[in-house]
Amino acid sequence: MMHSVNPAQLASLINDKDSLSGLFDELPLGVAVMDPHGTVLMINKAYETLTGVGREHAVGLKCLHALRCDYCVKGCPVMFGWDQKKGHKSEANIISRSREKIFVRLTVAPLLNEAGNIRGIIETVTPGSSHSLDEAMGGTFGLGELVGRSPQIRKIFSMTPSIAQTDSPVLITGETGTGKDMLAEEIHNESDRNDGPFIKVNCGALPEKLLESELFGHTKNALPGADHAKPGRLRMAHGGTLFITEISDLPMQLQTKLLAYMDDHVVYPVGSTRGVRTDVRIMVASHHNLDGMVKQKSFRQDLLYRLNVIQLNLPPLRERGEDILLLQDHFMKMFQTRFGKTLDGFSKNAEKLLNSYAYPGNIRELRNLIEYAVSFCDSTVVRMRHLPGYMLQGPGLPNNHTPATANHPVRTSAMDTDVVRNAPPERWEDVQRTMILDALVKTGGKKKQAAELLGWGRSTLWRKMKNFGIE
Amino acid sequence: METTLIPILDNDLAPRFDLASDVLIVSVTRETSAMGKIDEKVVVLDTPSPEAMCRLALAENIQTVICAGIEKEFFDFLEWKGIRVLDDICGPVDAILEAHFMGKISPGQSYY
Repeated sequence: MMHSVNPAQLASLINDKDSLSGLFDELPLGVAVMDPHGTVLMINKAYETLTGVGREHAVGLKCLHALRCDYCVKGCPVMFGWDQKKGHKSEANIISRSREKIFVRLTVAPLLNEAGNIRGIIETVTPGSSHSLDEAMGGTFGLGELVGRSPQIRKIFSMTPSIAQTDSPVLITGETGTGKDMLAEEIHNESDRNDGPFIKVNCGALPEKLLESELFGHTKNALPGADHAKPGRLRMAHGGTLFITEISDLPMQLQTKLLAYMDDHVVYPVGSTRGVRTDVRIMVASHHNLDGMVKQKSFRQDLLYRLNVIQLNLPPLRERGEDILLLQDHFMKMFQTRFGKTLDGFSKNAEKLLNSYAYPGNIRELRNLIEYAVSFCDSTVVRMRHLPGYMLQGPGLPNNHTPATANHPVRTSAMDTDVVRNAPPERWEDVQRTMILDALVKTGGKKKQAAELLGWGRSTLWRKMKNFGIE
Repeated sequence: METTLIPILDNDLAPRFDLASDVLIVSVTRETSAMGKIDEKVVVLDTPSPEAMCRLALAENIQTVICAGIEKEFFDFLEWKGIRVLDDICGPVDAILEAHFMGKISPGQSYY
């Protein structure tokens, strides 16, 4: 409830840098305060960073021109009127001043006075998943799920909650396609920063000069063609996590700049001497041996020490034993739903080939193989002819393999296969549930002690118990 | 003849290039530096999309697109096709057109 505050009073309160505006600027989510007609009165720093609009330009504009959100023309109550004077939430997208489409979670809520009249509107914007379309379809594609039962994966599952609760940098290593990005996102989602953004940047995808401005931002006209100031990923990740993948491709000069950032948490955009303080957790991933790169002097040793506070190594799929079967079934179900097909399973030969294949591309390759097989399968059983031809010639096949007669090095016998298949797949949620129950049993049902045992806050434990339906 | 395409929302420039269903196309035939003939038409797109807008720009031989938010992919495509794109602009269409014809318009300006 808001007592009779008029826009001028509110604006003066907001413009007082030492009070409300300063408080809003520290929030990890973008906030805009508007008058009842949707004219922007103030925006905070996170809103500026996300949209790229400066507050001097945004103030006085209608919110649809400041935010440029698709929700503005798809039922936003600011534009179409309030049915009930209640807040609205929506998954939406905006186009930033640097011409990027950014998926966001948007809330719009009226500020009411005692008489129930709308005296203002408050809007919050947080970066959402770029897979929002997938999420909107009920998570059918299951991109956010970690699946596995092998000892190596169980160990990582058990470490994840305590890693999530710290703010230390995380280094995730592992071959390509082992799920490094997914693990990083999972750690972020489990952490207290899950309300903040999860921003990802791939060092291998951009040339050095662009990478610097991508990470640290640039001022207007700092670079040829830079007709807009750009906030950079480190500022976009304020209050959340920055995940730098392929860190081994980061040029030496930027390694030094990243190290300097990790020391004082101040971002210096290209072309500016004015630093901006940000609160960002850094996670990095690499499929190269960084120790080896340090020896070759192509990676800074001090940066490695700085990043290597927590190291997680994701094993390649060929070392994960029965997980191959679980993942086959997992992807099979996923793509059946996606393509609207009903399949009974694999033929014996196809199963032998799938189990003996070495998967040089790891889980990503397995996922693609199953997607190919499900989409090309014209009967109810996936046969050899439905699998991509390269599997029989590629580097992943063991020597002298003939699928029909091979004495192949399958990791599990036929009987084990049935046992594994019949067991429910162990997912991250299942592991968490078991951990909570174990902790509650050990502490005689005392939640406070159970939370301490798990390394979580009480509210985290309470939230998860509620989520899993544990009474 | 110079043709300009402006995605509109009522009497204002639309905030998004990809979501505007109404498009103002203005053709100017200059007779002297200060005088000329202006033709205007409004095209309504059945299903607004950035692709439909780009197709329209090419079909109408547009020289300049004035818009607010546009994705880089479509900005680059239009520029590659030789169409000048003035983006990050907002304001009432009349004020924007006036500034455009006077040669005083540039990206990032607000005419409110």
